[in-house]
Amino acid sequence: MSTLNDIAQFKQVSPMSGILRMERMPHIWCPGCGIGSEVNSFAEAIRRSGIDQDKLTVISGIGCTGRVAGYSNFDSIHTTHGRAIPVATGMHLANPKLKVVVFSGEGDLSGIGGNHLIHAARRNMDMVVICNNNFTYGMTGGQVTPTTPGGAIASTTPYGNYEYPFSLPFLADAAGATYVARWTSVHARNVTQAIEEALARKGFSFIEIISPCTTLYLRRNRLGDGVDWLQYFQENTVIKHGCDTRETAIDYQGKIVIGKFVDKQKPTYLESVDKRYVQVVGDDYQLYGKTVPEREAEEKAEQERIAARRAAALAEPEAGA
Amino acid sequence: MNKTKNGGYAEAQRVAADPKGVDAGAHFMDGDHAIAEGGLAAGCRFFAGYPITPSTETAERFAERAPEVGALFIQMEDEIASIAALIGAAWGGQKVMTVTCGPGFSLMVENLGLAAMTETPMVIANVQRGGPSTGMPTLTAQQDMMQAKWGPHGDNAIIALCPDSPQECFDLTVEAFNLSEFYRVPVIILTDETVGHMHEKVVIPPADQIPVVPRNNYKGPKEDFRPYQFDCQGGHPMTQAGDGYRFHITGLTHNERGYPAATAEQNKILLTHLIEKINGNADQIIRLDEDQIEGAEVVVVSYGITSRIAVKAMQDARKEGIKVGSLRLITIWPFCEKRIEEISSQVKAIVVAELNYGQMVREVERSAAGRCKVISVNSCGGAVHDPQEILDAIRRAAQ
Repeated sequence: MSTLNDIAQFKQVSPMSGILRMERMPHIWCPGCGIGSEVNSFAEAIRRSGIDQDKLTVISGIGCTGRVAGYSNFDSIHTTHGRAIPVATGMHLANPKLKVVVFSGEGDLSGIGGNHLIHAARRNMDMVVICNNNFTYGMTGGQVTPTTPGGAIASTTPYGNYEYPFSLPFLADAAGATYVARWTSVHARNVTQAIEEALARKGFSFIEIISPCTTLYLRRNRLGDGVDWLQYFQENTVIKHGCDTRETAIDYQGKIVIGKFVDKQKPTYLESVDKRYVQVVGDDYQLYGKTVPEREAEEKAEQERIAARRAAALAEPEAGA
Repeated sequence: MNKTKNGGYAEAQRVAADPKGVDAGAHFMDGDHAIAEGGLAAGCRFFAGYPITPSTETAERFAERAPEVGALFIQMEDEIASIAALIGAAWGGQKVMTVTCGPGFSLMVENLGLAAMTETPMVIANVQRGGPSTGMPTLTAQQDMMQAKWGPHGDNAIIALCPDSPQECFDLTVEAFNLSEFYRVPVIILTDETVGHMHEKVVIPPADQIPVVPRNNYKGPKEDFRPYQFDCQGGHPMTQAGDGYRFHITGLTHNERGYPAATAEQNKILLTHLIEKINGNADQIIRLDEDQIEGAEVVVVSYGITSRIAVKAMQDARKEGIKVGSLRLITIWPFCEKRIEEISSQVKAIVVAELNYGQMVREVERSAAGRCKVISVNSCGGAVHDPQEILDAIRRAAQ
């Protein structure tokens, strides 16, 4: 893939060509970075999900992961730093028929955007949040983030990190998220499955994907290259589905608890709005000119189309297989 | 500059308002409530906001009316999230609005820049209170005139309208939505605590007498789709998520396809468009309220609540035989520099009255360019002027 000719060929044959904006390739991510494989899983999950790809919106913040929106061949918004979730909230509420995915980094989502993360989770706002956690602000040169493990070197903690990090699954769970999972970028099939599950459900879904930043976090901490960290993931992850999220803290180079921690049902923000307003206004209550039963009928019909598309997609070979 | 292939703002397509949002009739209503009614009448069906004195009543009114109108109100976690939600909802297909005042507007300027950069239509009302910082939450001021224009970092252009009564709060909010849809730009209603909390008669016309510029969504072939056209004009279609065009928008410098292209050359094309679509069409956008300027020796320039105080001062000055005219700025951004230039060559002096330490007076001085005296009647806010202060300035000006 070293010549332009190869890239042109890649654009033609890639199984991702419908799902990524191939005219935007090559992307900006470094060799060994986990975001590429996450996007691959994301694309495969979308293909398998059967959702109408014209009705999918991808919204990102700023940073390396923030570039996902720009490469995704859907309606997409590259927002200001940290603001992907409130923009997604507006998008979802403006047209509840859309499926809204936020794909961004941990600095964006839990640092500058932390307030929006907890409030969208609290409201059980219907969206899928995919969080690439590489323990560093990559685009700006490797500064400490809210999840950087204690002791790790970053450009703004040159003598080692002395802050207490967030455990993002614990944060999302405590704030009210109804689906919480953590995987690593080496667990490609699990990531695909998690995104697929999240796309098929309603409510606030939070998927954290631990990922190597080879250029900054790994290099600065002398942890080898991307392959070394994939090996670290292989050897040091422990799958604990349903694990109490208080037990999911990550120590420097320690064990990483992964799995699906939370998967529960409760009314979404919009379902709660509908219920309350029907009580107040009566059955004539309409949002944007449609009653609740009308919207429910539309959604049921769409679910049937999704099921048909999904059956057809599952009959096809897996992308990249 | 005003000739455009899309036609000008005056020729923009207008339809009758959706009666569902129009509470027609004569009301006794304050300015804050009238802003909410103006938004509903203009077809706004999405409001995201955060409570802040003295603007909260607009949000409360919208929240109360939302279920019967079929609109959605959400109280977000802060003003940053509120305006961010407007950007998402606008591209989701809705007409959108929020309300705030100084401290909240300060938080909104980050995404006001994104909205201007992505040419996202929205209406933001700033019911000004005294500052800086927390300042005087319940007392009036006009201290955010420059922030409205220069709040976001980087060069940009927005439109700002300045109502002087609850009736104008309604009328100008409808106008703000129409301008916002046509030029695809954030439009700010820059009112103040006094007008916001003043109760007066507000007449809301029947829906068929409220002309509304509808959302104009692109419907052409996919291969020709561009979210932007950088030709320094308004009148371009929007697109909404879900229509299959797969738009991309970004705060990065971008090309007409919406893709990042952060070069000096592209920034020149983009920035010229963003600024000139407003400034180059200022003649179509600007609305002024003029009185007895012909033959005047002094003209009082004012806007918002201050213009109503100035009326009393001008009446008294005329009794003394001073020929004084009034120029009330309904549109404050873009600034009416051509009209000030004309007036400055006809009069002895211009008096600028405003509830701040001297903000728009700088624009007036720049436009007058030394052709006449410019006398500032400034204030630190907290109360409207005593008409005597403006009368004294008119007397000095006439000497």
